[in-house]
Amino acid sequence: MTTALHPKYSFDTFVVGAANRLAVTAGRTVAENPGTAYNPLFIYSGSGLGKTHLLMAVGHAAKKAAPALSIEYLTLDEWVEAFHAAIAAGQGDAFRRRFQNVDVLLVDDVQFLTNRKEMQSELLRLTEALQTAGRQIVLTSDRPPPQIADLDERLISRLSGGLVVDIGVPDYETRVAILRRKSEERGVRFDPGVLETVAGAEFANVRELMGALNRLVAFQAVNEASVTPETAKRILGLSPAAAPVAAAASSGRPGGAGGAGGPDEFGAFLADVTVTVGKAVEAWRARVTEAMLRWEGEGGEGYRTQRLEALLKQEAPAAVDAAITEFAHDVERLKVLESEVAQFDPEAAGHSVFRDPERMGEAEQAAARVREGGAPPPGPSAAFPLVAFAVGPSNQVAVSAARAVLEHPGKKYNPLVLVGKSGLGKTHLLNAIGLELARKRGAVVACLSTQAFIDELIAAIDGNRVDWWRARYRRATALLLDDIHLIAGKERTQEELFNLFNLLQDQDRQLVFTAPTPPNTLVGLEERIASRLEGGLVAELTEPDRDVKRTVLERLLTLQGINAEPALIDYLADRHADSVRGLVAGVQRVVSAAAAQDAPVSAGLAREVLEGQAPREARRSAGLRTSGLVVSSLGGIKSREKMVWDWTDPTDRVIEEFR
Amino acid sequence: MSLVNFTTREITCKIVYYGPGRSGKTTNLHYIYGRVPDARRGRMVSLATQTDRTLFFDFLPIDLGQISGFTTRFQLYTVPGQVYYNATRRLVLQGADGVVFVADSQARQLDENLESLQNLQSNLLEHGVDIRTVPLVMQYNKQDLPRELILSGADLDDALNFRGVPSFSADALHGQGVFETLKGISELVLKKLAAGSAA
Repeated sequence: MTTALHPKYSFDTFVVGAANRLAVTAGRTVAENPGTAYNPLFIYSGSGLGKTHLLMAVGHAAKKAAPALSIEYLTLDEWVEAFHAAIAAGQGDAFRRRFQNVDVLLVDDVQFLTNRKEMQSELLRLTEALQTAGRQIVLTSDRPPPQIADLDERLISRLSGGLVVDIGVPDYETRVAILRRKSEERGVRFDPGVLETVAGAEFANVRELMGALNRLVAFQAVNEASVTPETAKRILGLSPAAAPVAAAASSGRPGGAGGAGGPDEFGAFLADVTVTVGKAVEAWRARVTEAMLRWEGEGGEGYRTQRLEALLKQEAPAAVDAAITEFAHDVERLKVLESEVAQFDPEAAGHSVFRDPERMGEAEQAAARVREGGAPPPGPSAAFPLVAFAVGPSNQVAVSAARAVLEHPGKKYNPLVLVGKSGLGKTHLLNAIGLELARKRGAVVACLSTQAFIDELIAAIDGNRVDWWRARYRRATALLLDDIHLIAGKERTQEELFNLFNLLQDQDRQLVFTAPTPPNTLVGLEERIASRLEGGLVAELTEPDRDVKRTVLERLLTLQGINAEPALIDYLADRHADSVRGLVAGVQRVVSAAAAQDAPVSAGLAREVLEGQAPREARRSAGLRTSGLVVSSLGGIKSREKMVWDWTDPTDRVIEEFR
Repeated sequence: MSLVNFTTREITCKIVYYGPGRSGKTTNLHYIYGRVPDARRGRMVSLATQTDRTLFFDFLPIDLGQISGFTTRFQLYTVPGQVYYNATRRLVLQGADGVVFVADSQARQLDENLESLQNLQSNLLEHGVDIRTVPLVMQYNKQDLPRELILSGADLDDALNFRGVPSFSADALHGQGVFETLKGISELVLKKLAAGSAA
């Protein structure tokens, strides 16, 4: 399903110039610290400027830095196709798990998300899961997220939340460097001035530039006389658009089945070659490779086959068939264990130990654990500790409520509902409360997104395991659900939550929820649920204030090893930011611009990057068009900032934000 | 030669169609292109002159899918037949796993055939390859022309095939003998590569 990384597409072969330095620096940073630096990293550019090359280079570099990482590259189309196949095979969950366990996920061409609502929400869910687990996601597109037509607001915010960088058209010097590097690679030498002439011509992208070089290489090879700048001009200038490439159909070919050797000559040929290869390849090798293929493709995700692979590396291994039989036996045992576990806990059944015959012992243990009493419900993410939560007047109420809850869980504010817009830290605070609660002895903290809660219930209904599912949550000493508004319209889940809510509350167990607006304003929520949510404390988080912003900034910059000047902190803290996520995104743009220009991170640079004076890298020749759109050098973020800065009349702003 | 790769489980065969100008090498490839299902073939690349002669080379990749656990690919190339393009011919010949010599059956083309065959031998030698060790088949094309204009397969075997390699009569324009030739060379190449990889 996924494509292998092309060995040639590495950072070593990527020619860096002003137009792509920012993107390359960001790519390198991400490869060295996957999941921590810029997540997600979103790269966009016109066709043929090196998106795919850069994406694969990130994969190579990450693999080199940490060979144990699992890295997957695929195009959005491949992903969609795989998803459809998985759904058709009833393996939707396995599909999700498979991608959630990837350490570095590289997705090419996400602009094709247009008009695919299902896939958008699937990608949103995946991005969230990967970010929460500290795994890296890198995406490319031919335009920035806000300009992808018909893209969900939440996905735009999520994709823009890490770092969005573009690759511009290379400048003259870079073009010369690319041409020199490529001619060297091919061992071709041109007369002085030839490559400079080619570089001087206006090519829309690097791919076309390579096409021009190919023509010169071919011409020189054939003519045995070297190309001069004048002939180069003539070769490229005479017919610049029409390369003599044609895939013409055979003129004399009879249509359909009337050919020389019957209707399916190719099929006959294929059968013939199959027989020959079968004879040619040593029989035992064929048996081993066939066995590997079979098990690697089995059951959606396949099984690890390194034991068989080791056989292939030997010259003449003894007892090949015995090894294959033993392997088959192990796989059968794993299947038994997995199906046994799946009855209780489909989540646990997807664990990789059930796919690796070399970890049979671990698989047996895991199965025994599940047999004994079921797995605990999903817990809070360790990525959101309470100490890392920035406190200020804008969220003071919520934080002190959280502290009160931690002091007297289940007794003071039960339930606690955290309310606020996206990107203000609700999820962080929720998980932080969960983490603190989980420290207590004997605590079983269920902390998950409402969507996951709904999905689990559906899976339980599907698998006839609702009792088991209920028992699992009833054991919890605290229940924390993120984005409770997603429960709207889900009658059965509301019913289950209502019962669970009452049961837990009666036993003084803590309940915490998050929502974008107060519960009584949420549409689609049953009255009995809404009133119960309102019955505890509804604490609101508002737009980050100066204190919060300062704390976030200081921590962020220290984390990246930047000794920030006070003026920079002041400037950034004074700027308007409607969410912490937006603030972080802004800082990362400044930091990466500084890295690219090799300049210190200063207030001046920040002003230049954030207030719309296009930095040098992003400047591009006028008239560059990508798929009919003129791409702003700073993407949609810039225009969104303008929206907030330029309109001083608050009523205008409100109207604009509602749009 | 990294023809069979056991680590990545791939087999890749490069087959070059060689022969004098206008003998029908490109026609062979066009016919094959037309018969291979869309999903199995790559884009056929032809670089032709204004008079429609092959200038650089034709290239047709074919994906045969999984065979005995190996991802099997064929790459078919033609060389420009015209005498003055020898540099390209030599380039295309590099790393070839097998050669199909496409001869023009017309009696008056016999000298061109012989000359091209010698050229093949010397170009292979430049790559350090002895023609006797390379999988090679002969194709006598244009057998559909009037009898009085052409030499028969037997005559051509006498004149050109002094090494006694497999030979096929063909009418590439209508597809006669095209796949037979391809099968012939494939068998030789695959047998050779198996012998080589067992060592």
